[in-house]
Amino acid sequence: MSEHDHDHDHHHHGIDDPAHPHNAPMTDVQLRVRALQSLLTDKGLVDPAALDALVDTYETKVGPRNGAQVVAKAWADPAFKQRLLDDATGTLADLGFIGRQGEDMMVLENTASVHNLVVCTLCSCYPWPVLGLPPVWYKSAPYRSRAVIDPRGVLRDFGVELPDDVEVRVWDSTAELRYLVLPRRPDATDGMPEDELAALVTRDSMIGTGLARVPEAPR
Amino acid sequence: MNGAHDLGGMHGFGPVIVEPDEPVFHAAWERQAFGLTLAMGAWRRWNLDMSRWAREQMPPATYLSTSYYEHWLFGLVRLLGEHGLASPEELAQVQRGEPTRSHGPAKVQDGALRPEGVPAMLGNRRAARMDDPVPPKFRVGQAVRARNLHPQGHTRLPRYVRGRRGMIAIDHGVFLFPDAHAAGQGKQPQHVYSVRFAAQELWGPDASARDSVYVDLWDDYLEAIL
Repeated sequence: MSEHDHDHDHHHHGIDDPAHPHNAPMTDVQLRVRALQSLLTDKGLVDPAALDALVDTYETKVGPRNGAQVVAKAWADPAFKQRLLDDATGTLADLGFIGRQGEDMMVLENTASVHNLVVCTLCSCYPWPVLGLPPVWYKSAPYRSRAVIDPRGVLRDFGVELPDDVEVRVWDSTAELRYLVLPRRPDATDGMPEDELAALVTRDSMIGTGLARVPEAPR
Repeated sequence: MNGAHDLGGMHGFGPVIVEPDEPVFHAAWERQAFGLTLAMGAWRRWNLDMSRWAREQMPPATYLSTSYYEHWLFGLVRLLGEHGLASPEELAQVQRGEPTRSHGPAKVQDGALRPEGVPAMLGNRRAARMDDPVPPKFRVGQAVRARNLHPQGHTRLPRYVRGRRGMIAIDHGVFLFPDAHAAGQGKQPQHVYSVRFAAQELWGPDASARDSVYVDLWDDYLEAIL
């Protein structure tokens, strides 16, 4: 149902951390989580194999490549784009991109005159089926505090400078609606196949903190 | 609750720092905290709003000085205690970081999440949306004000919009009401709207005259402007 996520190469299978040798001293939080897992496993409340399956889903199966595929399809197919904007939940479900933290979806189109940016000021709400789990900065105080009061300043942190005549709309995900930004299609991509278009779609461009990549000039 | 989690509009946290090629999890304990939280959620002893409420009760200074999955861990430990799934002695042992003395492989209880149940659990299509035929209190285009409410419990009404004037931009339909749901007081289904607040209404004349913030708000958070 979901495309393999090529955005990261840390594919740890299972929850053991090969980067952390067993003889290194453990931090306080590592000790507490280990103790909690041992308690819940001994009580028979959790099956460690289910923990591995949960983690593996978001480390190797569900990630921003899903959303990039959707964006590329919308760029290539105007009828699909219209369906996506009219009924994001149903249209994404047809592609299999539905599920936990993406039960009710909205797609926001960036244009020459409107730039959309998504935040969750109260916690970390994020559209898991299309983008996977959120990056640390999305969940952190600097982004959550500033996105609503200084969105243009936040965009500058990401290297994006918007002209004053572009309207910025910030979407605070306070309810169970989840938002995916449809970034603007870069110039000089006419006739480009969907898989090449998808490679131009960054995670940040689908949150609204970035723009889609410009294709490299042909050599 | 007017807690540290309600961050919108605060100053002083510095720039947004983006980690290039960031991994999904940064350590084994983050994987464990994530997996345990979802796996225990599958018992359905508590709902998502109760989970958020549990995390929000972390003391403010701790909330701001700890990482995201530590918030999850705090919430999970609190819920386990509140719902009687672990005793105070057991949770104190967890806080001290002492593993339980295992008596060999435990028998996994009926009802626990199994690996074969994971796709169905993560493929969930229905969470907070309700079918109840509740009429909307407001219509698209209507001017509204976010009520000046400061509940002690869980709420999804951020401080930065309270008392501010906005306009109903989208009616999303009927959803359960998190303030009640987090408190175990039923679902109280009602409409949720994207409400558009002009940046200058929220942040004053120095904000851009063009920009706006859309916030998803329930009927009970809003009042009509007459």
